[in-house]
Amino acid sequence: MSIFRINRRKFLAASSVAASGLMLSGCDVFDGLAADGGVRDVLESANDLTYRVQRLLAGRDSLAQEFSEADIRQPQRPNGVTAPDDSIYKDLLSRDFADWRLQVAGLVEKPLSLSRDELQKMPSRTQITRHDCVEGWSCIAKWTGVPLALVLDEAKVKPQARFVVFHCLDTIERGLSGDVKYYGSIDLIDARHPQTILAYGLNGKPLPVENGAPLRVRVERQLGYKMPKYINRIELVDSFAAMGFGKGGYWEDRGYDWFGGM
Amino acid sequence: MDLSNSGSSNEGRTAASAGAPEPSRAAGPVIYRQSLWTRLTHWLWAISLFFLLLSGLQIFNAHPVLYFGDQSGFGFDNAVLAIGAENTETGAVGHTTVFGHRFDTSGLLGLSWEDGQAVARGFPSWATIPSYHDLATGRVVHFFFAWMLSATLLLWLLGSLVNGHLGRDLAPRLSDLRNLPRDVADHVRLRFHHTRQYNTLQKFAYGGVLFALFPLMIATGLAMSPTMNAALPWLPEVFGGRQTARTIHFLAMLLLVGFFVIHMLMILAAGPINELRSIVTGWYRTDPPTHAGMQPEVRSRS
Repeated sequence: MSIFRINRRKFLAASSVAASGLMLSGCDVFDGLAADGGVRDVLESANDLTYRVQRLLAGRDSLAQEFSEADIRQPQRPNGVTAPDDSIYKDLLSRDFADWRLQVAGLVEKPLSLSRDELQKMPSRTQITRHDCVEGWSCIAKWTGVPLALVLDEAKVKPQARFVVFHCLDTIERGLSGDVKYYGSIDLIDARHPQTILAYGLNGKPLPVENGAPLRVRVERQLGYKMPKYINRIELVDSFAAMGFGKGGYWEDRGYDWFGGM
Repeated sequence: MDLSNSGSSNEGRTAASAGAPEPSRAAGPVIYRQSLWTRLTHWLWAISLFFLLLSGLQIFNAHPVLYFGDQSGFGFDNAVLAIGAENTETGAVGHTTVFGHRFDTSGLLGLSWEDGQAVARGFPSWATIPSYHDLATGRVVHFFFAWMLSATLLLWLLGSLVNGHLGRDLAPRLSDLRNLPRDVADHVRLRFHHTRQYNTLQKFAYGGVLFALFPLMIATGLAMSPTMNAALPWLPEVFGGRQTARTIHFLAMLLLVGFFVIHMLMILAAGPINELRSIVTGWYRTDPPTHAGMQPEVRSRS
């Protein structure tokens, strides 16, 4: 009996220690990990490792999983900006993007200015893929567009170019230092991947405004934030230094990893 | 090892307690039970799991809904668990829906209080790193410690194969299975034997965490990566789709938290000082040899 009583007491003590352990974790002592600095740099070094290992395992041309028509069970879930409030965009939209152009510039031999018709006359690719958002959700949809590799070939990418930067028409942030339009980048491996397309069609219809009309990129082995919407300019660069805070994209400049592979 | 090796204080304590009236409280020989390798990996896992849990809940909070299958149902319902908040006539309410059954979880899930303010968020701020909504930092922390956990698991596996920890201490033997009912009964009565060997339930629990839950966590984590999906197309498939993999990842987290709670209770019930000492210094006081059939297997410090 005495043993039992001791043990019961131990049990109560154990419960209270376990409970206080949970409470302890509740303080904000780890909020400093969000700030730039040595510790953050060490933690972020794991992203480089993830990038290298994933590149090694996935190779250049392994394909993202493709699905069947039966897997399309709902409209593509829109995210981020879904109705750009920019006057230039609204202007273009009011004329159904008739005077919209895709500029291809930067480190190319032959800068391009393509209309939507011209893009749609190029060879197209249609794929049913799963969109994975960094928030955790997924949605399967059918995307139609022109392979980015074909556009790059036409513009003749200069050898010193390393990244493809997408400049967008939508303002994602209105700040004291001015409005920020969405921007993002991928490297030439992903840019030339067979499933990387400049999409103008969704589920057999023209790309709707909430999903990025008139043009968005699909980078199917990456998370959603690597696929900018409302694109109007593609720029070939050899570094991100001149762009935002130099990390290669709007979300990358706000702490997200550049590769976006997991 | 002989007692003289572990210091005269131990010898003194053993001698002094030889005549103790209560056999189970008497002090037996102190033995070297946990190798440096085991202790080091144990604490690296403990640190990793702490950060993985709290950063994982931060990531979960970005979309606090779990589903079955490849995709998330927005135009149809395949949700397993959904946490949310809404305004009602009587004020804001946090709710959790499990397989269609809805519970009011205000204060904990869906709606919780931060500095006296009601905030709509999946898990409360005390359960996440950072305490406020910051998915980017949650991901940085999560992936760093995911690498640490995976690397430690691999190193531990190699080390434990080499130093014999795996075969000697963790692999269940026929006698363990035969002893299972008695071991369960002992645990229920909180009656613990302090020996060199792990008991049957310890072997199952530690083996289950190291060989089932940890690999499952890593595999379901990788199954959520679109790049890994391209590299290993079968990976999300074996779990029933990316969203099911995410759900399993969450359930495995609950099991690991359950393991942690029981682990703490068992340590406290079995003698926290002795248990803690063995996982910090390696040295463990066993039951006195008079305890029938429980002769400690004594090993030298070399």
